Amino acid sequence: MAEEIRFSKEHEWAVIREGLAVIGISDFAQKQLGDIVSIELPKIGNKFKQMQTMAIVDSIKASSDIFCPISGEIVEINEGLLEHPEWVNQSPYELGWMVKIKPSNIKEFDNMMTKEQYESFIGK
Amino acid sequence: MKTSFYEMHKSLNAKIVDFHGWEMPLQYSGIIDEHVNVRKNVGLFDVSHMGRFTIKGPNAYESVQKLVTNDISKLGDSHGLYSPMCYETGGIVDDIIVFRINREYFLLVVNASNREKDLGWIVLHSQLANIENISDKIALLALQGPFAREALQRMVESNLDLLKPFDIITSNIFGTECLISRTGYTGEDGFEIFFDSSKAEIWDKIMQSASRFNIKAVGLGARDTLRLEAGLMLYGSDIDENTTPLEAPLKWTVKFEKEFIGKKAIMNQKVTRKLVGFEILEGRIARHGNKVLINELVSGVVTSGSFSPTFKKSIGFCFVPPQMLQDQLIEIEIGDKLYKAKICSTRFYKRA
Repeated sequence: MAEEIRFSKEHEWAVIREGLAVIGISDFAQKQLGDIVSIELPKIGNKFKQMQTMAIVDSIKASSDIFCPISGEIVEINEGLLEHPEWVNQSPYELGWMVKIKPSNIKEFDNMMTKEQYESFIGK
Repeated sequence: MKTSFYEMHKSLNAKIVDFHGWEMPLQYSGIIDEHVNVRKNVGLFDVSHMGRFTIKGPNAYESVQKLVTNDISKLGDSHGLYSPMCYETGGIVDDIIVFRINREYFLLVVNASNREKDLGWIVLHSQLANIENISDKIALLALQGPFAREALQRMVESNLDLLKPFDIITSNIFGTECLISRTGYTGEDGFEIFFDSSKAEIWDKIMQSASRFNIKAVGLGARDTLRLEAGLMLYGSDIDENTTPLEAPLKWTVKFEKEFIGKKAIMNQKVTRKLVGFEILEGRIARHGNKVLINELVSGVVTSGSFSPTFKKSIGFCFVPPQMLQDQLIEIEIGDKLYKAKICSTRFYKRA
């Protein structure tokens, strides 16, 4: 990936693409969750403040809240995940993206962890 | 606590979890992958954390017969059966497998979570018999799947075709004396192998010998989804000391023509709930404790819920009022939302 990727403490990732924040969960997170079997995504137009719950992921063993790492409005969701939740396991940074957000405060992106910071955060 | 095979689990990169004090593999390659492989090929499970007791002596038969709701009078030597063991209240102490080795020698296999409780209960009610807890000196592996028989036949001398479901025989595996029963917790054909817990190398030998059948190690995660699809109860989730066998789909294991602890309470019970299967029509995975609503009223509770890798659906068990029928619609509350579900048989999966 050419663009810069940032991470939250709750293991969401974000990249800025054409002014929108594309959000998903990290490879580390999907490995921790195990086989993902169902995803509930927000609706287009929903607005979230930073670190509000925006989606829920069910793996076989547990349900996990996915937090919105950047405040803003949902402008697109990855509808393919509703049929293929396993994409989050197979391709967390590409096929497994979850939502696109129109950020209301881009500084929140700048304050997220860099790839190096995140790797040290998860003890890699 | 660790079983004899802990190092094998580590070397297979298992995700280890605490299960009632035991450091057990949750998964190796992944729950769905392991599950599918047991349905299609064969899987090896470490179930050495389960409790195993022997009851011996001239009073062994009478003691066991009193302890379990099922009837062991028709059980010949080298046969076993499944049965609840109940309190005087009819509530379930545990659900166990009883093997009759001979009239003066029974082998009981109990849930890991209930080892101490069961031992206390059994000792209390079989004072004239000789009870031994052999859980730590005997390892237990389960080999399960449509190719389990073919795979195991290459490792043992006994003719496994003669071993019918719930039979148990003395045999040897790779030169080590063992007991082999045709039992399991997956809904597939399969075997459980009891042998000296110092012989940990048998794990690797089975994995190597059965590699041509695409054997995979299977963790507790897939063990749970397999048993759920097969309609098998999990103690502590589906049944417990506040559940009687009549509320669970275990009426078939209660034999009123014999005496057993809890008989009076169970005979007189007016059943006010029953455990059924459900399938969520669209949406999420239900979990133990989720509320069940019928006509907007809370009318029951989910006891087990998961994703069915075989049918690719959200399935589970729940308690509902006894008049509810198959195909009736219920709602299940997950998070703060309601999801429509359909009542069905607890046996989602029946092998061909």
